[in-house]
Amino acid sequence: MSKPKVATAALSGCFGCHMSILDIDERILDLIEVVDFHKSPINDIKTFTERCAIGIIEGGCCNEENVAVLQDFRKNCDILISFGDCATMGGVPALRNGIPLKECLDEAYIDGPTVHNPNKVVPNDRELPLLLNKVRPCQEIVKIDYSLPGCPPSADTLWEALNALLADKPVDLPYELIKFD
Amino acid sequence: MEQNLEAITFTIDGVEVQGMPGQTILEAAEEAGIYVPRLCQLKGITPHGSCRVCTVKVGGSWTCAACTQPIYEGMEVDNSSEEIQTLRKDLVEMLFTEGNHYCMFCDKSGNCELQAMAYRMGIMAPKYPYIYPEAELDASHPDLFIDRNRCILCARCVNTAQEQDGKSVFDFAGRGPHKKIIVNGEKLSDTQLAAADKAADACPVGAILPKKGAYAKPVGARDYDDAPIGSDIEAKVCK
Repeated sequence: MSKPKVATAALSGCFGCHMSILDIDERILDLIEVVDFHKSPINDIKTFTERCAIGIIEGGCCNEENVAVLQDFRKNCDILISFGDCATMGGVPALRNGIPLKECLDEAYIDGPTVHNPNKVVPNDRELPLLLNKVRPCQEIVKIDYSLPGCPPSADTLWEALNALLADKPVDLPYELIKFD
Repeated sequence: MEQNLEAITFTIDGVEVQGMPGQTILEAAEEAGIYVPRLCQLKGITPHGSCRVCTVKVGGSWTCAACTQPIYEGMEVDNSSEEIQTLRKDLVEMLFTEGNHYCMFCDKSGNCELQAMAYRMGIMAPKYPYIYPEAELDASHPDLFIDRNRCILCARCVNTAQEQDGKSVFDFAGRGPHKKIIVNGEKLSDTQLAAADKAADACPVGAILPKKGAYAKPVGARDYDDAPIGSDIEAKVCK
C-alpha cells in the first residue's frame, strides 16, 4: 500500500512556518517512513499529480495567485490545515488592511524614503499576480479542516497534529501547544 | 463550610454552593473555587457586564451575566453546559474578529486575558470573518500608550480611573461598531493619567501599556504560559 501524501504551500507568509516544519529535526526521518511529501516548497514539486491526504497551508491570501493555490489545495487534499497565524488570522501581512492599497503601493514603489524610481511606475507586468484589497485568512477563502495557530506554531504542534491525523484521530492539542505567538 | 443563618444556598452545575446576600454569582462561585470566565470584571470595581463572557444560564431558562446577577436562595446556575460554553466561545471569537489582535508582536502576549481565554477555550481560529477595523494609537503620553486596535471595550480603565484613582481619564464615545475609548483631553498626554495609577494596570489586553519594560517576562515565565486563566481560582477547591 502506498504511503499517504502530504503537500505544503507557502502563501502570504514569511516561510517561518515551513522552518517550523523542518524544526521537527530528526523526527522527519520517522515522518518519511509513514508519509510521502508531494507538492511542497521543500521538494519543489510544482503541480498536483495525485490526491493528497493532508495539505498544510502557511500564510494567508494577499493576491489572486494565493487564492488559486489555496483553491487548488482544497481540490486535491482530503484534509486541509491552516498552519500559523498568517493562515488563521492574516498575520503581519494583514497590517496593510487598514491602509488603502494604492497608498501601500505608492509608499513601497514611489514615495518611500529609500526608493529610487525616476519613472514613478508601480510594477504592473501582467505576470505579476494582482493584489487583493485586503489580506484574508485561509478559512475565509476555502473550507479549512484544522487550524494550528502560532507565529510560528512549534514543531511539536505540527508533530502532534500529524500524528493524530495519521492515526485517524481528531486533532486535539494540549493547552501548552495552543499559542498565538 | 461554617453555617451562617444569613447564607444563601444555591447550585452551580448541580453542586451546592453557599454565598452571602448581595453577592453576585461570580463572587460566590469564586469563593467556592468555581471559575466563571470573565474579561470585563475586575475585583474591587463596579461590574460592567459588558463582555458577557461570564454568561451563565439560570433555572434552565434565562441567561445573564454572572458578574452582575445577585444570587438568591434555590437558584440553579448552569456554568458549564455545552450550550453555555459554545456561547462564551463565540463571544470571545467575536472579540478577536472585531479588533486587530496581532499576538505575534504584542508585548502583552502571554499575559493577556483575552488571549488566555482563547487558549483556555481551545480557540484555534475564529469562525467569523475578520473585520480589520481602523483604530487609533495614542502614544503622546511619556509613560503609557493606548492602542485602540487591541481594545475590547471592557470599561476596566474607565471605572478604575474613576473609582480607585479618583480621576476622569477615560470614557466611551459612539455606538455599535463605532464605539471607542476616548480620553479627557485632545490626547492621552493632556489627561491626569500617571504611570502609577491603578487604571494604567487595569487593561486585560494590550490596549493600555507602559512604554518601558516591554517583553520583560521571557516566554515560559509569563502568566498564562503553563497554567490556564482561572486555574488559580479552581485550585482553591482543595483547601
